[in-house]
Amino acid sequence: MSRRVKLALYALLCVLCVPFVFPTWWMVTSSVKPISDIFAFPPALVPSRFDFSTYGRVFELQPFGQQYLNSLYIAAVVTAGTMAVAAMAGYAFARVRFPGQNVLFLVVLVGLLIPSEVTIVPLFQMFHAAGLTDTHWPLILVPVLGAPSVLATFIMRQFFITLPGELEEAARVDGLGRFGTFCRVALPLARPAIGAVAIFTFLHSWNLYLEPIVFLSTPSKFTLPQALTQFVDAYGSPLWNVQLSAATMTALPILVVFVLAQRQFIEGLAHTGLKG
Amino acid sequence: MTATNLRDRVAVPAAARPRPFWTIPRRDALVGYLLISPQLAGSALFVLLPLGLVVYYSLQEWNVLAGTFDFVGGENYAKLLADPNMGQVLASTALFSAGLVVLNLALALLLAVLLNQRLAGTTFFRTLFFSPVLVSLVAWTIVWQFLLQQDGGVNGLLDVAGVEGPNWLRGEGTALLSVVVVQVVKNVGLNMVLFLAALQGVPRQLYEAAQLDGAGAWTRFLRVTVPLISPTILLTSIITVVGSLQVFAQIAVLTQGGPGMSTTVLVYYLYQQAFQFRHLGYGATLSVLLFLIVAALTLLQWRLRRKWVFHES
Repeated sequence: MSRRVKLALYALLCVLCVPFVFPTWWMVTSSVKPISDIFAFPPALVPSRFDFSTYGRVFELQPFGQQYLNSLYIAAVVTAGTMAVAAMAGYAFARVRFPGQNVLFLVVLVGLLIPSEVTIVPLFQMFHAAGLTDTHWPLILVPVLGAPSVLATFIMRQFFITLPGELEEAARVDGLGRFGTFCRVALPLARPAIGAVAIFTFLHSWNLYLEPIVFLSTPSKFTLPQALTQFVDAYGSPLWNVQLSAATMTALPILVVFVLAQRQFIEGLAHTGLKG
Repeated sequence: MTATNLRDRVAVPAAARPRPFWTIPRRDALVGYLLISPQLAGSALFVLLPLGLVVYYSLQEWNVLAGTFDFVGGENYAKLLADPNMGQVLASTALFSAGLVVLNLALALLLAVLLNQRLAGTTFFRTLFFSPVLVSLVAWTIVWQFLLQQDGGVNGLLDVAGVEGPNWLRGEGTALLSVVVVQVVKNVGLNMVLFLAALQGVPRQLYEAAQLDGAGAWTRFLRVTVPLISPTILLTSIITVVGSLQVFAQIAVLTQGGPGMSTTVLVYYLYQQAFQFRHLGYGATLSVLLFLIVAALTLLQWRLRRKWVFHES
């Protein structure tokens, strides 16, 4: 490649980057800008001075700490639960033989065809009848057991299919039963697939918006995406500086984790796409 | 196959003695049922039951505010056909999905091809393009809401270039485009990564052979790259089409379906009818419509795969 082509490619990449990088940069820097800077026109790239006071106001206006905790624990429980359910079902569908297997697999696969929006009305009624609206149960049970985990099960199945059969045979000769083979042989080998499932399950739960606004009504039970839209003044206009600080606190931890572990992240996801 | 061999080998001596009840196939079946039971129970309770219920509800006139719940047969479906908003809603949904899919796949492929060049620093750029995927959705949307205001950052940039920008989110023509662009920039990194992985699987010799035959860069892309990555194109297009029909938070935060109904896509309309106006029966009818559209599109793409997918691994 000639130097001129290289330069042109770099220039193109830099221009294309702007809409990807600027919003995040702007969100993080604005969260520490004085309010006058936020509305400066054209926008200032670097804060003229640092003002962290809005970070305090985030916690005054709403039970933001509690909401943060809600999102974190819900995402953690959903991720762990989905990993368990999907690994078990994926393994059984891939490697164990039992009557009715194919039909049952098709029954489960129906979940892939159904966006959660389709079933939100009956799910709301079901949880309402069970007295579980305005609790976190719908936000945990449905993703772990329902349609969202079907994709995870599918990915796990695709992975387990590729495991060499000799491994299981060897395990069996060594005296391990089916369940032992699953736990001690197959599961440790499935770490890349489980990792990919964990990443996208966590992100999915962390971003969930429709379900929380349908199921939850008490602010102390809200999750972060729902809480973010509540920083408004008496007239319903957004308090931009507070909202941006809250948004930064929501987005930054995940970004930092990503930068630290980005290889595993991207490869895990790419892997999923190939196998799925 | 190996599983069967194994079974034969272990089961044969057992047949000589009085047969124990817990043969290996039986034990296997039990373990299999146990392992799938959580997922199966979940599918029955949270997928199949609600799917049946949504059809049942769509046959009811059900107004929570008035406290009425009556069987009305096909009335909700008649209402759907006569709904004066439906034309606009379906048009917005189709425009939104088409715009999103085309822009997303084209940009993802362009970025993947650029980052697949032998250039220093591609990992760095890959990280940058991927990063919005990880910014929480509502946080991302809120920032763009600010940037797209009349006196926001986007128009600030345009101003520097000497162009006066419109009020993006309030204009009939620009609101839908804005939501599409915000969504594409947010998620294109995912498709980019899938395309990158596919591109890295294309053998270099094929390019070299094509080059020897005198094929230019564009011809090589169309004749070598595209056919070889077509399974990935199919996969990403299915994911993106279905995903585009589910977009809700961006619209709820950015435009609330407006101005007029220009960004009221089907899911948003469904939410409004069911949970804002509390017409749950009509909401259920809209859910059935959404399900039919998603199912039809998925099956259509799956059918088409034979036509344009070059090979399947």
